[in-house]
Amino acid sequence: MIRSVSKSLLSSLMLIISLLALPVLAGEAEFNQYEEKLTKAKFTEKSRIISDWMATGSGEALSLVQLMLDSQLYYHKKEKQLYRVEKAEKGAEAIRLRDGSLVVIDNKRHFKRVSINNTLRSEFGALLSTAALLAESPADRRSAALDLIGTATPEVVGQLRELIKSESDSSVLEAFNIVLAVADLNGDNTTRAAKAITTLADTLEPAALAALTQFVERSSDEVLVAAANKAIQTHQDQASFYSGVETVYFGLSLGSVLVLAGIGLAITFGVMGVINMAHGELIMIGAYTTYVVQLLMPNSIEYSLFVAIPAAFVVSGLVGIAIERGVIRFLYGRPLETLLATFGISLVLQQAVRSIFSPLNRSVETPSWMAGSIEINPLLSLTESRLYIIFFCLFVFVALSLVMKRTRLGLQVRAVSQNRAMARAMGVRSEWVDAMTFGLGSGVAGVAGVALSQLTNVGPNLGQAYIIDSFMVVVFGGVGNLWGTLVAGLSLGLANKVMEPWAGAVLAKILVLVFIILFIQKRPRGLFPQRGRAAEG
Amino acid sequence: MSKSTMFKSAALALAVSATNLVMAADTIKVGVLHSLSGTMAISETTLKDTMLMLIEEQNKKGGLLGKQLEPVVVDPASNWPLFAEKARELVEKEKVDAIFGCWTSVSRKSVLPVIEELDSLMFYPVQYEGEESSKNVFYTGAAPNQQAIPAVDYLMNELGVERWVLAGTDYVYPRTTNKILDAYLKAAGVAEEDIMVNYTPFGHSDWQSIVSDIKKFGSAGKKTAVVSTINGDANVPFYKELGSQGISSEDIPVVAFSVGEEELSGMDTGPLVGHLAAWNYFMSVDSEVNDEFIENWHSFIGNEDRVTNDPMEAHYIGFNMWAKAVEKAGTTDPSAVQDALIGVSVPNLTGGLSTMMPNHHISKPVLIGEIQDDGQFEVVSSTSGLVVGDAWSDFLEGSKDLISDWRQPLSCGNYNVKTATCSGQNF
Repeated sequence: MIRSVSKSLLSSLMLIISLLALPVLAGEAEFNQYEEKLTKAKFTEKSRIISDWMATGSGEALSLVQLMLDSQLYYHKKEKQLYRVEKAEKGAEAIRLRDGSLVVIDNKRHFKRVSINNTLRSEFGALLSTAALLAESPADRRSAALDLIGTATPEVVGQLRELIKSESDSSVLEAFNIVLAVADLNGDNTTRAAKAITTLADTLEPAALAALTQFVERSSDEVLVAAANKAIQTHQDQASFYSGVETVYFGLSLGSVLVLAGIGLAITFGVMGVINMAHGELIMIGAYTTYVVQLLMPNSIEYSLFVAIPAAFVVSGLVGIAIERGVIRFLYGRPLETLLATFGISLVLQQAVRSIFSPLNRSVETPSWMAGSIEINPLLSLTESRLYIIFFCLFVFVALSLVMKRTRLGLQVRAVSQNRAMARAMGVRSEWVDAMTFGLGSGVAGVAGVALSQLTNVGPNLGQAYIIDSFMVVVFGGVGNLWGTLVAGLSLGLANKVMEPWAGAVLAKILVLVFIILFIQKRPRGLFPQRGRAAEG
Repeated sequence: MSKSTMFKSAALALAVSATNLVMAADTIKVGVLHSLSGTMAISETTLKDTMLMLIEEQNKKGGLLGKQLEPVVVDPASNWPLFAEKARELVEKEKVDAIFGCWTSVSRKSVLPVIEELDSLMFYPVQYEGEESSKNVFYTGAAPNQQAIPAVDYLMNELGVERWVLAGTDYVYPRTTNKILDAYLKAAGVAEEDIMVNYTPFGHSDWQSIVSDIKKFGSAGKKTAVVSTINGDANVPFYKELGSQGISSEDIPVVAFSVGEEELSGMDTGPLVGHLAAWNYFMSVDSEVNDEFIENWHSFIGNEDRVTNDPMEAHYIGFNMWAKAVEKAGTTDPSAVQDALIGVSVPNLTGGLSTMMPNHHISKPVLIGEIQDDGQFEVVSSTSGLVVGDAWSDFLEGSKDLISDWRQPLSCGNYNVKTATCSGQNF
């Protein structure tokens, strides 16, 4: 497997590239020769050209390989010369690698990328990994070694056997040992193979398991096969434990998405009793706000979400207030009419988005700090974007609870929802409170949209996909209870993910719905019903 | 101005306006049956625009048979029964001579009885699961042997893939395609335990456990690939999840049959680089006719950023075939055009000629492309010649003995070569 070569290695390679831009007298003729070949080559020839070039001992080939992997290596169609181009568009700069001169692109169709396919990509990746075995940072050396498990050529294995003698970092040593063990297991030497099995039994790398399994299928040596089988067993035990942990994480993450989608509804439906079918579209508006924010600040995508969260809250909140003032306030106490009216609004909002942004999905970028995953061990890694969303969900929950419990607005909201007449008698402007409450719920839906834009499509149908789930969570959790929403969302997410591996995604969803129907039959007021006189009103 | 000249010019004006009137009344009507609202609007709106562009261009060239073409656009609103109603409206009320339309198989199946009853013509531009050949429908999109099978061949022979994940959305196209692929792979010697089949609901958005399963399935030491028939909207979260769980295209390549340039324009392409798609056309194809088509499209739609895709090419081929067949038959009468269409050859956008076959499918090249970070595809493999669309798969029980040939004397969509009978159904 090829893990991405880490950033520090990249930057050191970039240094080589910038050095390469200076004319190197001795290598100039050679560079020109290979340059010409490379621009004309087919996929199958490119690999040979690069290995020929590497064989001359020149470092240039390696830096070109890195450029190709980053899809930054272009050539001019007529000149047949190589350029480094970061963005192929009119007015952008291109660096001619031959002499390092800067050229401004006047027609992007003159430049063509030196294309590579997956086969080349993995070959080149292995080349870089082999080179990175000598890298400065231990982490780079380790990940480079892990990339080479099972794919290391005899030369690389020989090189590793030399390197291991002078290696001092323990984590790197471990990785080197695994690579060598896998190579030994595939070799003929039985004593080495026996030692390799003990080494591999102690590691969690999936590649080790694969190597052991293949060994068992191939080998005829009974003693070794028995040892290997035992090692496989330990592996599988570990794997099933960590896959359990993973399922819980997936469940929590799905649950947090459900909570985020539903918590706005817990305010509008739960507290105010408005069946708001346009709730999903308020989420969608939040997601589109993220898209617009990213359009407005194309150079700072990294920070765009921090701007998008308050922006989405305000935009969706205002739309929510407009809906409440324009339609819903005339329909209080008539749930059926409210349902139909808000369903109509949801269709209007969807078509409005289609007209403004086109019916196509919009692409929202994920900031690089959210991409990737945290590797806890080779069998368990947590995806970062999901982790952030779990935390974000908890943050929204806490913030919303504080607003409801600790602020004047929250007090008035609770007062109005418990006894409207009494609250009015105490001087609460109930109409104003209605509008603000609806705005708050809608704003929170918008914030959920920002989170969802990082996980799924931003398109006109985004809202429809979540409206059923949102109602499900709120009804299950108990109307009018934020805690209920949190517990309901997380437990539904968990239940879904636990069932999915054996029931399949389609059936798991059906089972969850059936369970909720049965549960509501038994406890119509959900997990945490409101108690007291207020509940009767 | 003398009285006589005044009279003359008035008469001339009258005559001109009279011919205009005749011209206006005597147009050839072309029906466009694509959803402009609802879930499928995302894909189908572009095809409606493509048809309008093609008709406009044909009119600039002088129309057909000396008459101008007039598009009749209706909106079936992603509502399957409405497709049948709108098709009837187009043929009976608007009197169109041909219909270009539908995207999903279920919408096509809904239109089928209507179009057969009224004996009209329809061109269907989207890749589909096959197992159908109607007298009245011309399939310009890919049949499974023009997309799925060559893609699997590429993975097997070029990338050395030994384990297969067949992932799809839960409806008829993925299920039939996967059934065909399953049979094909097993015939090629792939063991049962090396195939994993997975179905998900429409618009599935939480791919964590499935991607994690794929990752585990792929770490068994054999080269693994995913063959994806995942439909439109569910693709973005799927590829995002692949990216965030660290599965790159070198580890486990995904080849998709429903992801084209248009879908990519709504995605963050960063995590997708190197994943594959199989189509009969890519916007990046280097040919003069393609450059011209792209230029026309950009000036018609007024936006340089709009992309072109495979179903658009299918409409381009289908429309030109129809125009050529109408000229060959000398009439727009659907039954005459049906016969004239078979054997018609027109240029496709990849620089070759496509021909309408007796089974109402066309011959096209098959291209495999890798996704680039600019949302375009780099062609990494193409079939050496044209592939003829096969209505009835050779890999399914019950359909491998069937052939379709709409020429006289056979004139049958599902002729069983073993029993030498035509089942008599129209499809």
